[in-house]
Amino acid sequence: VSGAPSPGASRRLEEAFASGRPVVTCEIAAGDSPDPSGLLRRAALVRDHVDAVNVPDNTAGIAHMSGLAAAAILASAGVEPVLHVTCRDLNRIGLQSLLVGAAALKVRNILCLTGDHMMHGDQPQAKPVFDLDSLQLLGLTETVRSGRYLSGRPIQPAPDLFPGTTENPFAPPFEFRPLRLRKKIEAGARFVQTQIVFNVPRFREFMARVLDLGLDRQAPILAGVAPLRSVRAARHMRDRIPGMDVPEALVRRMDGVGPDRNRAEAEGLAICLEIIEELRTIPGLGGFHLMPIHWEDAVPEIVGRGRLRAAAAAPPPAAPRLREARA
Amino acid sequence: MIGAGSPATTGVRGVLARHPAWSRWLDRAAVPVEILVKKPLFGCRMCGQCTLHETGLVCPMGCPKTLRNGPCGGVRLDGRCEVIPEMRCVWVKAERRSRLLPWRGAILRIQPALDWTQRGRSAWINALRGAARGARP
Repeated sequence: VSGAPSPGASRRLEEAFASGRPVVTCEIAAGDSPDPSGLLRRAALVRDHVDAVNVPDNTAGIAHMSGLAAAAILASAGVEPVLHVTCRDLNRIGLQSLLVGAAALKVRNILCLTGDHMMHGDQPQAKPVFDLDSLQLLGLTETVRSGRYLSGRPIQPAPDLFPGTTENPFAPPFEFRPLRLRKKIEAGARFVQTQIVFNVPRFREFMARVLDLGLDRQAPILAGVAPLRSVRAARHMRDRIPGMDVPEALVRRMDGVGPDRNRAEAEGLAICLEIIEELRTIPGLGGFHLMPIHWEDAVPEIVGRGRLRAAAAAPPPAAPRLREARA
Repeated sequence: MIGAGSPATTGVRGVLARHPAWSRWLDRAAVPVEILVKKPLFGCRMCGQCTLHETGLVCPMGCPKTLRNGPCGGVRLDGRCEVIPEMRCVWVKAERRSRLLPWRGAILRIQPALDWTQRGRSAWINALRGAARGARP
């Protein structure tokens, strides 16, 4: 048995990237319940509309079902999972063990993150670990993929993993973000999912620099997109989630539709689709990463009306020429 | 900085390797000096594996997440830390200061994981000994 590749882990996400068409991923909550039916219901709402489904690692330091358990449940249900792995709760020993466990459970796509600090969660008293940072985690994943633990002990067969990462173009120092992304790609990231784009001009600047550095050709970049459900949600993101840039104009627009829930949701969807239309004009994007935040029902509409999967089938003809001009 | 493979270091390194008691003594002597010099100047936290010259002369261990390879995604729009809002992000400072240094490209180097066994020891003596280079994910 030894030496045989671990059978059957789906490579659908990597194949989707390789196909060159726009790729769509979507994040859903793992949930608080040990009953997986909620998770599977959320996955069922989005699975036919996206290439892969992200399960976060206790976002904001609030405990939920383990991301690995959720990803394994999705994988066994035939959904392509992307497992978030953060440095907040596990040291390098725990992380290596998690990566090998993920491969054993046929969870292949690993999103390597620093992790939200727990001070914004409901248990700020917890001890932060941060033994590694996201770059070192990417390096660790490379080591594990190559069939070794950090100590050099062999792993047989080498775990089949497909590591990716995130970048937040909206947090200072802005000029450093593309360079940091280059570092992450050098460290082993094979795809990138960005923070939610509300500030399109800022994102355009970021992508221009990314194209200058040629990063879009090294790892496909998915732009983060999310529908605002209410003015309260918009204010919460603006004021309570560090690193999130929600322009005042959007908050005012959401405020303008009044308290009616249906009208607010329609406006939120309209804003989301407008942002997608603008993003589509930016060269170098590999697709979209949806973060519906407890509003998974909106995903089919966003993907359908936004023509997310079809639209990317024909990349804007200006893109390659622009790229050459920059290089 | 003395290059890792230069004859001077290998010589010193060889001597220190043969006499572990000497390096313990040197370490004990160097630690208070290092704290006195590096703490007020750079906010040093004595990780024992100094990377100041590659992080704009700002100690990355002052980051609440002890990130050694750049800022997290939680930096506030005004450049302050997501964990300690009254503090400017260590990496915002580091990036700005690195631009003033002749070796500004050093901030782009990938920093290996910390060797926590060397925490509290002298980074200078560790550099001479060639210690704290074992674990490199």
